[in-house]
Amino acid sequence: MAQLTLDKLNKRYGESAQVIKSIDLQVNSGEFIVIVGPSGCGKSTLLRMIAGLEDISGGGMYIDGAYVNDDTPSERGIGMVFQSYALYPHMNVYENMAFGLRLAKLPADEIARRVEESARILQLEPLLKRKPKDLSGGQRQRVAIGRAIAREPKLFLFDEPLSNLDAALRVQMRMEIAALHRRLGSTIIYVTHDQVEAMTLAQRIVVLNRGNIEQVGTPLELYDHPANEFVAQFIGSPKMNLMPATLLTAGATESVVRLWNGKELTVPIPTPASAEGTKVKLGIRPEHIEWGSVADAPYLADVLFVEHMGNETYHYLDSGNLGEPWVVRNPHRSAVAPGDTVGYLLPPEHCHLFDDSGKSFERRGGGAVAMRVPGMDAPAISFAEPMRTNVIH
Amino acid sequence: MKLTRKQKELGAKFWIYLAALVVSVICVFPFYNAVLTSLRTGQDLFLTSYLPTTFHWDNYVNALVENGVGLSLLNSFIVATVTVGVCLLVSITAAFALARVRFRGRKYILFTILCVSMFPQVAVLSGMFELVRFLGLYDSIGALILSYTTFSLPFTVWVLTTFMRSLPVELEEAAIVDGAGLWVIISKVFAPIMGPSLVTTGLLAFIGAWNEFMFALTFIISTENRTVPVAIGLLQGASQYELPWGNIMAASVVVTVPIIVLVLIFQKRIVSGLTAGAVKG
Ligand SMILES: Nc1ncnc2c1ncn2[C@@H]1O[C@H](COP(=O)(O)OP(=O)(O)OP(=O)(O)O)[C@@H](O)[C@H]1O
Ligand SMILES: [Mg+2]
Repeated sequence: MAQLTLDKLNKRYGESAQVIKSIDLQVNSGEFIVIVGPSGCGKSTLLRMIAGLEDISGGGMYIDGAYVNDDTPSERGIGMVFQSYALYPHMNVYENMAFGLRLAKLPADEIARRVEESARILQLEPLLKRKPKDLSGGQRQRVAIGRAIAREPKLFLFDEPLSNLDAALRVQMRMEIAALHRRLGSTIIYVTHDQVEAMTLAQRIVVLNRGNIEQVGTPLELYDHPANEFVAQFIGSPKMNLMPATLLTAGATESVVRLWNGKELTVPIPTPASAEGTKVKLGIRPEHIEWGSVADAPYLADVLFVEHMGNETYHYLDSGNLGEPWVVRNPHRSAVAPGDTVGYLLPPEHCHLFDDSGKSFERRGGGAVAMRVPGMDAPAISFAEPMRTNVIH
Repeated sequence: MKLTRKQKELGAKFWIYLAALVVSVICVFPFYNAVLTSLRTGQDLFLTSYLPTTFHWDNYVNALVENGVGLSLLNSFIVATVTVGVCLLVSITAAFALARVRFRGRKYILFTILCVSMFPQVAVLSGMFELVRFLGLYDSIGALILSYTTFSLPFTVWVLTTFMRSLPVELEEAAIVDGAGLWVIISKVFAPIMGPSLVTTGLLAFIGAWNEFMFALTFIISTENRTVPVAIGLLQGASQYELPWGNIMAASVVVTVPIIVLVLIFQKRIVSGLTAGAVKG
């Protein structure tokens, strides 16, 4: 269990490519942090810098307050689980887990105790004598985790540990990792590009984009109060609908925007007077759009296509030359068919507002939005559904 | 007449076995003839019969003890073993550097190594001679160890580098996280995984050193430092005009047996070593 502090950490390859740009992050003792971001944003690089496998080009890294920039991975006391497991193929499971302990010259009985302990935690006891090639993918992954546990590290690092597993096994291993964290109480930094893993496992999520931290927060904070367009669209699936608008009247409690179709909408979001008249974007999540009757709903749209997931239905609406279709999510079956014209409402309390640069206007009332709408469309519930293991690449 | 499917198969099999038989006979005959001749003495040596007629062990005793081939055998053994040891040690560390350490001109080094191995022995003989003299190794088995190692290294380095490149980097990183240093990574992680290719290349180096003639003839003059191929080549008969065929054949058989034994022992691993790079295990 340890605390990790990153102070203006950055990484440069050669002269030009700056892959990690001045990252500040404080990871508390015992915390489960998940780093997410699109492919190539520098997640692995950041994790490998923390591990000590990659040199740090600038800034400082501290574990429990001690400066560790120049320490080797084993001196930093980290345990790492790799995407490809990276088990030693010529050693059996026991030897794989004992290798690091033997190198650390621990007494034999201590080695045996630790290996058996971690084998017990991960239910690997019957497999101790097997070679990695005789194990299934899930078992290999468990051995890789067991090898990290046996070292009793201060800090656990996972780099996309589940991406080589099939969907069902991934859900199972996800729960095992969550249980493991509860049980060991260790500090974990976990890299993934799967936002479902991020939402379900993390105490706090770090959203990384092009080597910058876009936002750090609990899963629901990011969901309800994304700091900017990127986070708003990256967290949540299907992603948030965005539509162009103009800020007509700014206000301390509510603002009026004119939408792309000329209609005006009053949303309970404070905006500064300086923003009045500027271009903004209105965002709303697929589950928050409500149906209305074609006769008197303020907005009408044609249905382009419909996806039936069984437990819910996605409708793609032609939003009138806005580039991308809108997505509306129904938490139940739907009789709407492609070609239909539907009416819908945009509930103002669920709307998000982003300024021209993509930064969001802070919404009032904490997590109130999620609280006020209990039941089927609360994010916490829908994310727990295994059907929606939706991977963003 | 139309052949049934079965008959066709039988026909195909017949040709395969026939071809195998021909190849085997061609390969084995010289050795068989050597064994045969080594067991004959006197006028029997010139019999044309291809079946064993007499069993005389005199040739073996003669060759090994009286002509000093026994001592040469020991020399050869030392030279070949040390060559293999040095060669593997140098090449596995070199392969690590070439496969895993990024540095300028790495590609060119590897290419140069490959080119060097294409030179015929004669081309470097005089240069090597100068080198050996300069190092004061002339007429000692050190000269042979040096020259054989130089000649086996390019191939061994090349093979091991190729193989090491195919190993995942994460394996090495896992070892680093486990606290392993460079030498531990090479000796405890890479070497066991590369076992088959080490055996294969080591065996080839051994055979090369065991059979080499030209350097051995050039760099060694004293009888007690000779290796087997030279010792056999210089076997003298009772008179200037007599070639001691019996002795030569006996010594040849003795020289060949260790290689055959080695190959048989490591047979399985050689095959897996040769295919190791091709199919990911
Ligand atoms: N040795 C290198 N030299 C130059 N650039 C590199 C090097 N290694 C990685 N990069 C670049 O750094 C960026 C971040 O790479 P990284 O592997 O951290 O991405 P990632 O977020 O883990 O992506 P993914 O989700 O695909 O694994 C990439 O754009 C990559 O091209
Ligand atoms: Mg990565």
